[in-house]
Amino acid sequence: MTRVVTGFMEQHPADSHLYETYVAAGGYDAARMALSKTRDELVEIVKESGLIGRGGALFSTGMKWSFLAPARPAYLVVNGDESEPGTFKDRQLLERDPHQLIEGVIIAAVANEVHEAFIYIRGEYPKPARRVQQAVEDAYRHGLLGKGIMGSGYDLDVTVHLGAGAYICGEETALLNSLEGKRGEPRLKPPYFPAAKGLYMLPTIVNNVETIANLPHIIDKGADWYRSISQSADTGTFLASVSGHVKKPGNYEIVHGITWRELIFDIAGGIRDDNQLKAWIPGGASAPWFVPELHLDDPITKDDCAAAGSMLGSGAVIVMDHTTNVVAAAERLVRFFAEESCGQCTPCREGTTWLDMILQRMLSGAGRSVDLELLHDVSDGISVGLAWPPKQTTICPLGPSAVSAVKSLLEHFREEAEAHVAAARQVPVSIGEGAA
Amino acid sequence: MSWSAETLDRATALISKYPDKRSAIMPLLYLAMKEDGYLTDEGMVRVAELTGVTPAQVQAVATFYVMYKREPQGRYLISVCTSISCFLMGADEVLEAIEQAAGVPAGESDGELAVEHAECIGACGGAPACLVNYELIEGITPEQGVELVAWLRNGNPDMINTDELQTLFGGRTSFDWAIREDNGAIGPYPAFPPLGTAADNGSALEPGRAS
Repeated sequence: MTRVVTGFMEQHPADSHLYETYVAAGGYDAARMALSKTRDELVEIVKESGLIGRGGALFSTGMKWSFLAPARPAYLVVNGDESEPGTFKDRQLLERDPHQLIEGVIIAAVANEVHEAFIYIRGEYPKPARRVQQAVEDAYRHGLLGKGIMGSGYDLDVTVHLGAGAYICGEETALLNSLEGKRGEPRLKPPYFPAAKGLYMLPTIVNNVETIANLPHIIDKGADWYRSISQSADTGTFLASVSGHVKKPGNYEIVHGITWRELIFDIAGGIRDDNQLKAWIPGGASAPWFVPELHLDDPITKDDCAAAGSMLGSGAVIVMDHTTNVVAAAERLVRFFAEESCGQCTPCREGTTWLDMILQRMLSGAGRSVDLELLHDVSDGISVGLAWPPKQTTICPLGPSAVSAVKSLLEHFREEAEAHVAAARQVPVSIGEGAA
Repeated sequence: MSWSAETLDRATALISKYPDKRSAIMPLLYLAMKEDGYLTDEGMVRVAELTGVTPAQVQAVATFYVMYKREPQGRYLISVCTSISCFLMGADEVLEAIEQAAGVPAGESDGELAVEHAECIGACGGAPACLVNYELIEGITPEQGVELVAWLRNGNPDMINTDELQTLFGGRTSFDWAIREDNGAIGPYPAFPPLGTAADNGSALEPGRAS
């Protein structure tokens, strides 16, 4: 299987983080090539490659770059706030191959005529942050960053910035507020599209770690090569973080177009204890669930996931076997969003908390006969009609994301949810009962 | 209490890295925690003075992020992930075992040791997982959680190193930990050299894969 972003670390398991190892393997040659190209040429190559953002939005990186407003200074921000439950791919890229990231940063900076970049890493990742910081310092020492990089006339500064524990900062406008020293509250789009009004209200490119990590390979081997890796419309590879009840959880660099059966049963080794597969979440906690009866032989592509009413998102695949209490799993997902809601928008702030309280009540044996209806009603208040892609009543997608687990529960496991209500031991209770 | 000259120098260096000094609020809040052990009102006032905003603006930032602790945590903070992947792999039992062994309920501290639940810490392939002063342990069992608490209480280590933790108390990892980590944490805040919060004990561990 083709490896793009994990190839080097596989070949050098003990020292892939070192400058010397990276350079000996041809590292930074692509950055040198980028310095000899124009912005238009670089944007065109990346557009042609079909690279899409790996943070979850899956939007064309080349298109995103082409939207950057002409005002300068402009900034590049690398989003390493990886916090979507189930996702741990960027941690591996940061820890194991930090120079690949820095080379990608140089390419993205040159392509966007940016001279200052920030790498925002979540606060719970001190080890990856230390590795990247060391790599940045080594890059400065060897003239790859700083004034006149690699003997060119191009200046580039890179600063590693540590987050402090807030899922919402993975949302790009929240991340920019955070980087400005503010609460990590998302901004309204429009007017605050980062490409026009980003960091300090100046044009800003925000790209995910994995997206940036692909750039050296695309510049080195070309857009045609990148397109040829996959037989599907989604080009290149992507990192699937597989977790939950599989025998071999881990990050797997896979080519778009293989089936879920291949990923879960062949690559990740199948279900623990040879249990039955009950459901899986295809793209992080925000994605509606898939079930084996309907989706196991679907190809893993952006479009196939969307057609089936879910998304590939950040590539996090969370697998649940037949022993899983799906009401408890849904509650755990909803609780996450309730805790991480920034509180700006009423439907999200209030709705996620209500959903969690209802699910907790059902789990505690105090459910009411109206609870499933109530779950649907509150969900509808956060994301009208429970449509896919979700209709938004809020500034950012956090609120509608919380609805995915509830929607999946009601759609695929209604009987199990009803059983929780029917088994209620005590009625009536006040609606706040059992809340955290 | 005022900050040491070394911390003030570090604050100045951090501020100079950003186009706008307000952007240094987040790293400076970590400096304030390192200086006082947790984030005090005085620390927030100092950060406000250094970044040219009001103390209320700094407080607004500090209260948004869970890693800025405005209560004393003690020397060790154990954060047990209870989000979906860890939950599916038994995280609730790990948290309960640690709470009981420590005699500290989640969200509290006894002055030496604090316990909390954490939302997804990006260690889902090695679930269940937890952090000690933000250094990671993957594949921890409830029994190992109990041993961890005893090890912290009895050994009173000055530095928390992730490889050492993983060797002693961990199991399955999200990916191969082949590269040894020398740095470690010296308090309940992230160990990151630009913040002066990382310590290095170099050769304490044999090279090679942990666990």
